[in-house]
Amino acid sequence: MKITVKYFASIRELIGQGAEPVDTAATTLQALRDELIARGGAYDEALARGKAVRVALNQVMSAESVALTDGAEVAFFPPVTGG
Amino acid sequence: MTIARVAIQTHDFNVADEIEALRRANRQVGAVCSFIGTVRDRNEGSDVRTMELEHYPGMTEKSIEAMIDEAMRRFDIFGARVIHRVGLLQPLDQIVLVAVTSAHRGESFQACEFLMDYLKTQAPFWKKEDTPEGARWVDARVSDDAALARWGIAAQNV
Repeated sequence: MKITVKYFASIRELIGQGAEPVDTAATTLQALRDELIARGGAYDEALARGKAVRVALNQVMSAESVALTDGAEVAFFPPVTGG
Repeated sequence: MTIARVAIQTHDFNVADEIEALRRANRQVGAVCSFIGTVRDRNEGSDVRTMELEHYPGMTEKSIEAMIDEAMRRFDIFGARVIHRVGLLQPLDQIVLVAVTSAHRGESFQACEFLMDYLKTQAPFWKKEDTPEGARWVDARVSDDAALARWGIAAQNV
């Protein structure tokens, strides 16, 4: 399915772009993250397991067990530090 | 007149004007509680020269609107206004305003603190500081997760 993936803050800087279209076979957010990690390089560095990475699905904070849907907007970012 | 509840902006805000508008929106208001967060010139042992605030346009507004809805459910308040600045800020600059109105002080105090605790761990903002040792992203604090936990909400930010 085709989705849009966005990156913010330190993750955006590492990956070198703020958004990209992704054609994925993943059915969950967890599987999508693993798929991106498998690209290696900066993706692995930014999203590696054990790093504090938060995920939003369609602009709502989500657990990685949540299912992906076609056309979804997924975002990966570090813990938030506003306020 | 209905006042927008959430504003994300690069420019500064005038606290007196914001509070005036919020409390005049309802003649039953008897209490206003506000919190203002500002840029400090030191953090984690380094001088902070400037601070850059990034956010997730769209999600930021939606998440804060949802927080205000939750505050309205939990507390007997009349209204709330949240302004958060983004972009390049200097020490002493205002970053965030949370203002809440109610009939009596207790509900405003609680709702204001609840909104700030919620915002700290759930609203998609990120701070990057420029220091003499270089630029660095600010780390999230475990204590902020603990602050939200007091309200019975698991933050899981850090």
